[in-house]
Amino acid sequence: MTLESLIILIYVLVLASYLGFELITKVPPTLHTPLMSGSNAISGITIVGALIATSELGFSTLSKYLGMLALILATINVVGGYAVTDRMLKMFKKK
Amino acid sequence: MTIAVQLAYLLASILFIIGIKLLGKTKDARRGNMLSAVGMLVAIAATLITLNILSFIEIFGCMLVGGAIGLYYAKKVEMTQIPEMVALFNGFGGLASLSVALSDHFLKTEVLSLEIDPVNSVSIIASVLIGGITFTGSIVAWLKLNGKISGQPITFKGQHLLNLALLLSFLVISVFTFLYQNDPMYITILVAMALLVGILIVIPIGGADMPVVISLLNSYSGMAACATGFILNNNVLIVAGSLVGASGIILTQIMCKAMNRSLTNVLLGGFGQTVAAGGQDGPAIVIKEIGVEETAMLFDSVSSVIVIPGYGMAVAQAQHVIRELMEQCEKRGIDFKFAIHPVAGRMPGHMNVLLAEANISYDKLIEMEAINDEFANTDLVLIVGANDVVNPAARTNPQSPIYGMPILNADKAKTVIVSKRSMGKGYAGVENELFGYPNCLMLFGDAKQTITKVVSELKELG
Repeated sequence: MTLESLIILIYVLVLASYLGFELITKVPPTLHTPLMSGSNAISGITIVGALIATSELGFSTLSKYLGMLALILATINVVGGYAVTDRMLKMFKKK
Repeated sequence: MTIAVQLAYLLASILFIIGIKLLGKTKDARRGNMLSAVGMLVAIAATLITLNILSFIEIFGCMLVGGAIGLYYAKKVEMTQIPEMVALFNGFGGLASLSVALSDHFLKTEVLSLEIDPVNSVSIIASVLIGGITFTGSIVAWLKLNGKISGQPITFKGQHLLNLALLLSFLVISVFTFLYQNDPMYITILVAMALLVGILIVIPIGGADMPVVISLLNSYSGMAACATGFILNNNVLIVAGSLVGASGIILTQIMCKAMNRSLTNVLLGGFGQTVAAGGQDGPAIVIKEIGVEETAMLFDSVSSVIVIPGYGMAVAQAQHVIRELMEQCEKRGIDFKFAIHPVAGRMPGHMNVLLAEANISYDKLIEMEAINDEFANTDLVLIVGANDVVNPAARTNPQSPIYGMPILNADKAKTVIVSKRSMGKGYAGVENELFGYPNCLMLFGDAKQTITKVVSELKELG
């Protein structure tokens, strides 16, 4: 990796973290559990890495099996996380 | 990578950000979650376009299996079990990041015979460390939460020294991993050590500190995704990962503040074990009991009620019968509210989800700061399965281990009824002096059963 592209990644990291702090401070305590399960689903973004790892050619290498494991786990995380968050948020009602 | 794919990743990042923003308002939250899911779909679709079609069978197979497991679990899980589920999923996220990092390492060293540059190596090692800790730490938290292992803190002599030694040797072996990239031994040792550290840092933490632990592990799972983003030189992973990392850290801070403890104090663990000595030998507390019928008559005669739910309500699954109690009270024109302490339950906001499940309107759930002044003008407070968060010792007794923790001022109400299984102590192992107060009455028994009886008495009273 070149130094230039590293600097860009660090830029993104710092700005996104700052944005995250700003946005999440505003979430009311009532929604903290859905926030956590929803952000948990977002952390399943590793799925992108898992997809790339699984697609590597050169069949039956350790590398590919690790990618497949990661893909299964990340998909559980993504699908389960979004589904349960939706289930919870559906219940929050005001009468 | 083509420009179109990069733009799709940008779109996904924006959708995650808007999604999190909408999660801040109860009426928009569901739409926010949907948008965030759409963002994930965009990111996945964009990635698939760049991949080799020959591997699509494996890819769709894995996604089908993972998707089915995730969906099944999400549909089936009880609302009381949400903390365990989140803990387990955090762990999966951690292990996924670790696996991607390892996969990349072996691809470069064994398949492509490439030299891994220092930045890449640091990213891989960071991902292994954070991912590994997140995985085993979450599994231990999951086991503690679902009772498969004891929620008691597990401590032994030299524990912190051992952790420190492990982390230092991790650093040393990291250097070897970089220098001797082609020897798989070093990276394997790193994986084993990261997994061990994860176990060691969570076992000394007690069950009631789990809100802090889950928040922290949530943050770690985001950071692990971030590290993976550095490995793959991919911005969408970094954006999404840092949003989650920030979210977890903020929740961790809120939880610590609500317990008046520092994060270090929580992480060092063992809380509640050594408090028996000193300041505890006051006169034994004399309590007054109340029966089901009298409780019902009391509810029939008051004009304002505040319910304080705690983890005990979740254990007894008493939230639905409390809604029935609320309906009986509202029929009589009684003002009925809930007071929610930030650390009630086993994860942030746990009580709100349980009460929402029981179909209780969320504007009835009032946060601690907003309701604490109201207790003095309240006729009746019903405490269901909460203990330390209403212990006046936090205000009055500098000797108490919970001194300084913000509490709900239940003791200021005219009458307090405590629904409790037995006279057991709270998590902190401290006697609750509230129980001996003249305005406090104990309603012993399983919360669900006793409150069900109270409700049927109230129905008879008309």
